[in-house]
Amino acid sequence: MTQVTMTVNGKSMSGDVEGRTLLAQFLRDDMGLTGTHIGCDTSQCGACVVHVNGEAVKACTMFAVEANGATVDTIEGQANADGSLNVIQQAFQDYHGLQCGFCTPGMVMSAAALLKENSKPTEAEIRHYLDGNICRCTGYHNIVKAIMAASGQDVPAVAAE
Amino acid sequence: MPKDGGIGASSKRREDVRFLTGNGKYTDDINMRGQAYVHFLRSDIAHGKITSVDISGAEGMPGVVKVFTGSDFEGVGGMPCGWQVTDKHGQPMQEPPHPILAQGKVRHVGEPIAAVVAETYAQARDAAEAIVVDIDELPAVVDMKAAVKDGAPKVHDDLTSNLCYDWGFVEENKDAVNKAFDDAAHVTTLELVNNRLVANPMEPRVALGDYDRSGDESTLYTTSQNPHVIRLLMGAFVLGIPEHKLRVVAPDVGGGFGTKIFHYQEEAFCTFAAKACNRPVKWTSTRSEAFMSDAHGRDHVTKIELALDGDNNFTAIRTDTYANMGAYLSTFAPSVPTWLHGTLMAGNYKTPLIYVNVKAVFTNTVPVDAYRGAGRPEATFQLERLVDKAAHELGVDPIALRRQNFVTEFPYATPVAVEYDTGDYNATMDKLEEMSDRAGFEARRKESEAKGKLRGFGVNAYIEACGIAPSNLVGQLGARAGLYESATVRVNATGGLVVMTGSHSHGQGHETSFAQVVAEMIGIDEGMVEIVHGDTARTPMGMGTYGSRSIAVGGSAMVRATEKIIAKAKKIASHLLEASEGDIELKDGAFSVAGTDKSVAWGDVTLAAYVPHNYPLDDIEPGLEETAFYDPANFTYPAGAYACEVELDPETGQVTIERFSAADDFGNVINPMIVEGQVHGGLAQGIGQALLENCAYDSDGQLLSASYMDYAMPRAADLPMYQVDHSCQTPCTHNPLGVKGCGEAGAIGSPPAVINAVLDAMRSGGHDIGHIDMPVSPGRVWAAMHGGN
Repeated sequence: MTQVTMTVNGKSMSGDVEGRTLLAQFLRDDMGLTGTHIGCDTSQCGACVVHVNGEAVKACTMFAVEANGATVDTIEGQANADGSLNVIQQAFQDYHGLQCGFCTPGMVMSAAALLKENSKPTEAEIRHYLDGNICRCTGYHNIVKAIMAASGQDVPAVAAE
Repeated sequence: MPKDGGIGASSKRREDVRFLTGNGKYTDDINMRGQAYVHFLRSDIAHGKITSVDISGAEGMPGVVKVFTGSDFEGVGGMPCGWQVTDKHGQPMQEPPHPILAQGKVRHVGEPIAAVVAETYAQARDAAEAIVVDIDELPAVVDMKAAVKDGAPKVHDDLTSNLCYDWGFVEENKDAVNKAFDDAAHVTTLELVNNRLVANPMEPRVALGDYDRSGDESTLYTTSQNPHVIRLLMGAFVLGIPEHKLRVVAPDVGGGFGTKIFHYQEEAFCTFAAKACNRPVKWTSTRSEAFMSDAHGRDHVTKIELALDGDNNFTAIRTDTYANMGAYLSTFAPSVPTWLHGTLMAGNYKTPLIYVNVKAVFTNTVPVDAYRGAGRPEATFQLERLVDKAAHELGVDPIALRRQNFVTEFPYATPVAVEYDTGDYNATMDKLEEMSDRAGFEARRKESEAKGKLRGFGVNAYIEACGIAPSNLVGQLGARAGLYESATVRVNATGGLVVMTGSHSHGQGHETSFAQVVAEMIGIDEGMVEIVHGDTARTPMGMGTYGSRSIAVGGSAMVRATEKIIAKAKKIASHLLEASEGDIELKDGAFSVAGTDKSVAWGDVTLAAYVPHNYPLDDIEPGLEETAFYDPANFTYPAGAYACEVELDPETGQVTIERFSAADDFGNVINPMIVEGQVHGGLAQGIGQALLENCAYDSDGQLLSASYMDYAMPRAADLPMYQVDHSCQTPCTHNPLGVKGCGEAGAIGSPPAVINAVLDAMRSGGHDIGHIDMPVSPGRVWAAMHGGN
């Protein structure tokens, strides 16, 4: 076992992990941050996307020991300081960009990373960027709209097209 | 003006806040003190005789609590099947035993042979590596037609053959149907495959069993669409636990799409093992395990024929289908190719004579059961491909041929035993032609051609049947369950309501839309209504969510219970207002005496019910809580018309969806935002089936598509923005909300539109190939256009 320490959502967190422990397992099982989801075992689905030192990372594809000393941001740390939904989260609710909610944490974290790189992405750019995030419920339509709306672009209101 | 609350409002979903902040509570998020973990050792051989299972090497491994094999379950029941189909000779289907852990033989890759319970998941997995299993491999049967030939290897030695049943529907019509084909002016014939799919909800299945010795009580937390059904099946038929000693909880569930309806071995195992090990036992499926243990969907091979008279009227339909059951009968598998498929073969058309034959076949593959649409997509795909083919053979417009044969008078009794209560198929087709801008298609085709691409336009109609019912009818058809739904409405003293529903939400947004209905009925704010679901200890016995039944059946139960609440509250109000009960009106959350300004607020009445100082105690009991069970009189019949426009690259065979339009008639709509979201998701799954998805086995029964590296899930860039419309509304005539259900329509209606469009594009390039099977991968399209393989 190795002790790792990382700053998760602004707080210092430590735990003892095996070499094989994945960052996703460490966050869920050791830190109790169950908002990061595990939907596959081949790094395809993206339900586990978190930010490590500001970069979007699939937490199932990184060992916990690799994140020792890093700054990690998860879905639990995304809301505004007063607890209200942040701009991206609010847009997902406003545009019905989620149904069962299981892929949602990864979608929100990927969307945040996209908007940091590209503040006004086109529909095609959003779809391309989400290649590593699978949603089985929404057919992506409303996720794309939510991300466009979160970036301040004009999007028709939900159920009003 | 859009409403800002109640029925018809696009209320934002209240459940979203917890999902968006990482505060959802899915089964895998639940961890219990002292919890152990189980790993299942699964067969990597499709068919074989187990000669020995040596667990001695695993038992002493670090952290191992206990190792289980089939012999630990000899006194325990097998997995039950919930539907018995009777074949065309009046005989019951062949129903083989379905063990929790393999007994004597393995029959599909992924079948659990042994289970290791250990302190950690990694230790359980490590120890499973030390189990030595000897299997004498037997020839596997994968192809259905080969499986029913004389001399084929038998999946189940004790059955007479691999044929589960040979079903004829309606058997009495067979001769008349054959005569209609003899007399036909034209016959169109089509052979096709409805490809095997894997439902793939993003949350893999999870089961957590717990046993409380103090009260001899078992609890199962599980990823289920119907916790009461699991409690009944597992308690009564598998483990012998009475319902009052068994609680099943399905908390937040990350998508279902049918595959979380069924009772699975892992649920029974964890409940059993928690008692045997005297500690909680948890199983979390990996995605790779999900591919080889979740029930699959579709997998039909069909020949269908259409007879037409000299005026292009449909006179008869005849079908011959092989339906794959896999190695064992999953919970509702036998019903899918029969009562959920044969009864829909009339589609939207007034064809007077229909005969459906279905042979259900055992093979050495994962069990196949209901997946979004369940039988209805298979019926729709056959029929709508066939009608399109007929139109091209006859040289008539595909939409005109459909309109000519549409059912236009309701109620309409089909020759396949169901009665459509209402509909307007021309209205949805009119809407579709407008939305899809069919008139502008030729110009768009020219633009594509200028880029060296082919462009095609495909259309289809569809009908589906939701809220399968009534119970006494489905019992006659072989269901071993009722198909009602329940609701308890509990009004609290200060006026808030808790609605405990037997329906289950796993993405559908019931917590929001169900609250809209009750709030509208009473005239109060939606925020005063809380919806509770997914826990047998908190909800009345209910059948759960599948088959687009929740609002039509569960919503109706909730309406009936709320009506009882309102009736009792009016009695209390009449007492408080010293007026006749018949004069009391409820509006905007207040009771008033008709024609006066006397009124009493909702909260005053509810308080009186629980603090009955001034109360008609001689007349009625205190309290305000009512339960209703609703058993529908008929199915509901959503219907509509879909159009797809594709671009096809003749150099590569790559197909892209350029436009997709869906005009649906769902009857009345509670929350348009949620309804549109349901259609979007269904379309993505239907387009996924048509373009991308295929669950493939090799001839030895090895599963080739066993991860997201091999099974092509639709990604964002594979799909277009959809145009959807539900403004054509013919309300259901037999439920109190006039609703029909919207969950499956997209998946039912979209595959034929895509394939019809692809074939249209190919024809425009001079390749009139008649049919192409799904998925239309670039290789398959290119080969079809160039005559290769």
